[in-house]
Amino acid sequence: MRWRPRPKRRRIGESSPRVSMKIGVLLSRVRLEEKQIFEALDKRGLTVDRLDDRLVIFDFHGPRPEYDAVLIRSISQSRAIYAAGILNGWGIPTVNSHTVISNCADKVSMTRLLVESGVPCPKTMVCLSPESALRAMESMGYPVVMKPVVGSWGRLLARVNDRCAAEALVEHKDMLGSPQHSVYYVQEHIEKPGRDIRVVVIRGEPVAAMFRYSDHWVTNSARGARSENCPITPGLGDLAVAAAAAVGGGAVGVDVFESERGLLVNEVNGTMEFKACAQASGVDVAGLLVDHLMEVARG
Amino acid sequence: MATCPECYGKWEPGAVEKGEILICPECGVELEVLSVSPVEVAPAPEEKEDWGE
Repeated sequence: MRWRPRPKRRRIGESSPRVSMKIGVLLSRVRLEEKQIFEALDKRGLTVDRLDDRLVIFDFHGPRPEYDAVLIRSISQSRAIYAAGILNGWGIPTVNSHTVISNCADKVSMTRLLVESGVPCPKTMVCLSPESALRAMESMGYPVVMKPVVGSWGRLLARVNDRCAAEALVEHKDMLGSPQHSVYYVQEHIEKPGRDIRVVVIRGEPVAAMFRYSDHWVTNSARGARSENCPITPGLGDLAVAAAAAVGGGAVGVDVFESERGLLVNEVNGTMEFKACAQASGVDVAGLLVDHLMEVARG
Repeated sequence: MATCPECYGKWEPGAVEKGEILICPECGVELEVLSVSPVEVAPAPEEKEDWGE
């Protein structure tokens, strides 16, 4: 396997005694989260390779890398899935694992696993043709929410208020070309109290949570939602832990709706962004993530 | 000193890291730091459909 452009490992700072552990961080960009991660790695004396996912080459016939663990921070879910899959196949553990990332990246798999595990979720139907998608929306009753099966940051979410909008949306999706847009993920629309909840779960522990407030029906930090600390009640924490376990554990961000039926898990994020939650809660999420990475590296 | 490849505006970005994303203070375009000494920037990759958490 060849890793470009930096085959030699790089030290981030010199202040801490080095720990004999080979850590890689696969990334696309150095965002605030990655800076905090590198700082946490350095505080713990870890030497780290920064692996740019645009440059790395997985050579199936060459020597394999010798990492104790790799932290997957790719923004692209496709890159994250394939990289984690190859590394795990080579015996290199990743955070998160290929299983967790794959389960979370595809909303169909994620919701199926949540429902099968008994985690309360919004009612969801998956259809494979425009005609069945229309029938599903009619049977669910408007408004409904249609989501792309792959995607994030609230991108391409649609609240469908009536039959006319449903027909237009289904026709547009049918013409988009990508086969994944011809899989129709239809979900009950939940009237939220102007906010939702993000819970960070690491290794089976709910470590931080925030409310995300927005006037828009999509309450996503990437869409400008305002964040506030959210106390982790036993009910909220247990629900988030159950949702994380349903997709395979690891370090995930669990999104929760408050509804008339109680708390519902909207989704689980397998390559979570945490800067807003860390800021709102005051929890050192990056440090906890690196501690988890070290435990994974130790086996 | 960084120079925006879009508007040719120049500014002092301070302490930055390779791979970090900056916003040009003059034209607002997203720029990726390619190197830090000297600071070189290029237009950041556009958001793709599979980007996110």
